[in-house]
Amino acid sequence: MEQYEPDRLSPAQEAAIRRSFRSGRAALTRRSLLRASAGGALAVGGLGALSGCGIPAAGNTQGGVSAEDHSKEEKTVNFSNWTEYMDVDESGRKHPTLEAFTKRTGIRVKYTEDINDNTEFFGKIKPQLAAGQDTGRDIIVLTDWLAARLIRLGWVQKLDPANLPNAFANLSAQFRSPDWDPGRAYSYPWQGISTVIAYNKKALDGVEVKTLSDLLDNPKLKGRVGLLTEMRDTIGMTLLDLGKDPAEFSADDYDAATARLQKAVDKGQIRRFTGNDYTADLAKGDFAACLAWAGDVVQLKADNPDIDFLIPDSGYMTSSDAMLIPNKARHKTNAERLIDYYFEPQPAAQLAAYINFVCPVDGVKDDLAKIDEDAANNPLILPDKAMQAKSRAFRSLSSKEETEFEEKFAKLTGA
Amino acid sequence: MTTVTEAPPLAPAPETKPPRQARKRGRWTPYWLLLPGLLWLVVFFALPVIYQASTSVQTGSLEEGYKVTWHFATYWDALSEYWPQFVRSVLYAASATVLCLLLGYPLAYLIAFRAGRWRNLIMILVIAPFFTSFLIRTLAWKTILADGGPVVDALNTLHVLDVTAWLGWTAGDRVLATPLAVVCGLTYNFLPFMILPLYTSLERIDPRLHEAANDLYAKPSTTFRRVTFPLSMPGVVSGTLLTFIPASGDYINSDLLGSTDTRMVGNVIQSQFLRILDYPTAAALSFILMAAILVIVTLYIRKSGTEDLV
Repeated sequence: MEQYEPDRLSPAQEAAIRRSFRSGRAALTRRSLLRASAGGALAVGGLGALSGCGIPAAGNTQGGVSAEDHSKEEKTVNFSNWTEYMDVDESGRKHPTLEAFTKRTGIRVKYTEDINDNTEFFGKIKPQLAAGQDTGRDIIVLTDWLAARLIRLGWVQKLDPANLPNAFANLSAQFRSPDWDPGRAYSYPWQGISTVIAYNKKALDGVEVKTLSDLLDNPKLKGRVGLLTEMRDTIGMTLLDLGKDPAEFSADDYDAATARLQKAVDKGQIRRFTGNDYTADLAKGDFAACLAWAGDVVQLKADNPDIDFLIPDSGYMTSSDAMLIPNKARHKTNAERLIDYYFEPQPAAQLAAYINFVCPVDGVKDDLAKIDEDAANNPLILPDKAMQAKSRAFRSLSSKEETEFEEKFAKLTGA
Repeated sequence: MTTVTEAPPLAPAPETKPPRQARKRGRWTPYWLLLPGLLWLVVFFALPVIYQASTSVQTGSLEEGYKVTWHFATYWDALSEYWPQFVRSVLYAASATVLCLLLGYPLAYLIAFRAGRWRNLIMILVIAPFFTSFLIRTLAWKTILADGGPVVDALNTLHVLDVTAWLGWTAGDRVLATPLAVVCGLTYNFLPFMILPLYTSLERIDPRLHEAANDLYAKPSTTFRRVTFPLSMPGVVSGTLLTFIPASGDYINSDLLGSTDTRMVGNVIQSQFLRILDYPTAAALSFILMAAILVIVTLYIRKSGTEDLV
């Protein structure tokens, strides 16, 4: 992190850069690193141990098992989130929005940054949730496809609308009713994530890109194109490029999209499929163009004027990280109050100014402009009408489809 | 402990009781001392292996749970589907091991016999990279081998990359995201595991043996071939094992430095386990990998004809 000149960057930008290196949605994490450095044979044994834990898991525990709600006696809430996904003050240790919440409600927030990767976090909490036990967490933040899976498995609690007036009133239309959680019965978005095409002007060297097809076909970009390991983002963008709607595609459409990508892979057009580590490749120019998450691009652009993004005419993918209350959580009401708090414009603006993802709350523009004028006018943070019109979400998948699609996608990436 | 209990009393004891008790207690001592290690092995090795074996013959899904159905076909399916990744893993790991040996032996030799007062410093330099994390060290290679960076430029100017591209080790005029980069990463990351055992066994060789060889008119090359190298065999064997075994299960190097056509079996296991949620296939793949390594290692140790490692 030292290579960035701190005086040129706001603390928010710094944090986001750090996050972009560390929080890999599908990137390598400390846990996978530990496994790897423990050496191959042991690593394999370790994986085996994990899979062993899953054996007796009897799947569905039948929808939303609540424990006794201890919110009244225990004025606390346990909040598990991704790393660098919360505002931080100058000292780097305190979270102003959380402190304001505690001051107002008297509820102490135990904030833990223990989510590094969706798939790994799922592996971690699966044994407890499958066995119907408390995970010790009252709020968890997971990307929507995994949130959908937990809802499908019945591992999260239904929210009480009476405790969520602000969330109900201020949630952006874009996020209002995903098909995996109609009417937001189980989840509310923490931040939205847009998938766009990013490029490095210097590395492009005059080559014009406007669509994903340009990335997949232009021989001048051979071996210098990056795609994401996140299946829904890469396939979603490809479906859009093929003129299909990711919100309602068929299995044939999916196969058409993988075939399209396979052709590009076979030609050697694709350099790598990456998690968050694409930021380094793009900044160095090893990637001339790639699929990228908008929150990262805001930061990369601030640091390197050669980097920019484009939104293809066919549209772009939007997903979100959703807040959920797992089964048997002890402080459900407190958790709901915290969720609701982040849908008030002021804390939402404070958070958006800091982490630069898509803010899922309406009516924050004025508050955000007071903190950071540029952020308030950035369509990647507060999407305008034109931007929202191009946004598409990936439809929810049945468990069978999920396995099948992930398997086909894994083949594409070589594993 | 045993020495204390068995200390003979000066006066001749009236036979039987005390010695028998002492012997009884002494007999159990080694087992008590073994217990923590054994427990550790059982909990963190034996049980996981059993679970894993059981997982590999189960069928089911996340929703319905998994049941043991003795579905051995999973093994065959996994092998027929992913044999290219297996072959690649063995190939990459073997290449990295050979490279480690070629790079590590001269260095270990230098440290053991020629370094003099620099010995400790060089040893520290060998181990120093371990002070930073595996991930960071691997990521550093992305900077070293970056397209248009000095290394790649130099290789291009010397037309080395034309040769490696012709051999299929690299693609176009880049090194990153090719098999060569993965093998380089593996070699770099596991080199100290080769050097340390080599050094230990070389350092133990009595210099007088070299003198004796010299006195008997052996050329330096003959001395090396007939004396030094055979005596360092335990180091060579354990070094190659310590390099080959972890390298063949590694997936970080392939993930960061490779591309779609360099995926190793570790990558497949990771994606089967975490993304596709096909736990039986992941377990079966792990077992096949373990079995393959075991066979390769057994054959290798037999062939190399050395009893003790290190």
